[in-house]
Amino acid sequence: MNSAVIVFPGSNCDRDLAEALRLVSGKAPAMVWHRESELPGNLDLIAVPGGFSYGDYLRSGAMAAQSPVMRAVGAAAARGTPVLGICNGFQVLTEARLLPGALMRNAGIRFVCRDVGLRVENSQSAFTARYDAGEEIVLPVAHHDGNYQADEATLDRLEGEGRVALRYTGDVNGSARGIAGILNQAGNVLGMMPHPERAVEAAHGLTDGRRLFEGLLETVAQPA
Amino acid sequence: MPGESLAAIGGAMKIRVYVTLKAGVLDPQGKAIHHALEGLGFTGIRDVRAGKLIELDAEEGVADAEVEDMCRRLLANTVIENFRIERPESAA
Repeated sequence: MNSAVIVFPGSNCDRDLAEALRLVSGKAPAMVWHRESELPGNLDLIAVPGGFSYGDYLRSGAMAAQSPVMRAVGAAAARGTPVLGICNGFQVLTEARLLPGALMRNAGIRFVCRDVGLRVENSQSAFTARYDAGEEIVLPVAHHDGNYQADEATLDRLEGEGRVALRYTGDVNGSARGIAGILNQAGNVLGMMPHPERAVEAAHGLTDGRRLFEGLLETVAQPA
Repeated sequence: MPGESLAAIGGAMKIRVYVTLKAGVLDPQGKAIHHALEGLGFTGIRDVRAGKLIELDAEEGVADAEVEDMCRRLLANTVIENFRIERPESAA
């Protein structure tokens, strides 16, 4: 699988994500700096990692969304290339308007860093192909701005179109309707607050994240 | 009014952009501030909403439409925020 990890100043989960991709696909991703205006060709997956891009200045993800590389990511997403945004990556994708809604300060004010229960609501996407619909999994979260909000009409549309991919099984951060991860309309862009890349091998303590990458490998990897 | 202190100096002017959360959008920060005020013994405050003030030190030719564009594209996230642009009175 040919993948790329976008790196912004302040990204801090880029190496974990690269390692998860290498572990599962057997091929290390290209690390693409935010100043690049072009992505490597033939990508099967673009991953936008967690962290604190640009120090979360202005709003989490706001500055990164305007960086040159994100124009290329937007163009690739429009062509159907799968794009995975994790944590700060999710925030960047909403700020870049590749996904609807916004991620606001956690309702409880506190930074939340713990393992959380999630329900896989849609197992039809390339990202969730290796999970069963309705399956409950556990992944770690670590964020201050994970409180997903959108207007009621948008939330209804997301639910109606099966675009809520992941939902918290309990209250984590005040997210509307417990939303932890959403898909774009075409289904090739997923944004999620939990960290699957931190749950891919036994030493992590959790392994439920591994199947997300395995599912991608099976569904999106083109023959080399 | 703040017009005087904001008056154009040497062809430049300070444009103020106020970014506030839309009505109905939960403001955890405002809520925490409210709570802290109550803790200090201040009563009579019904609600607190926290926003941002962004000052742009702009050249005189910067048009209103351009500042609005800045707000829509970067300074505010119009999914959850409103913005209000305040110009020095002399340039209004």
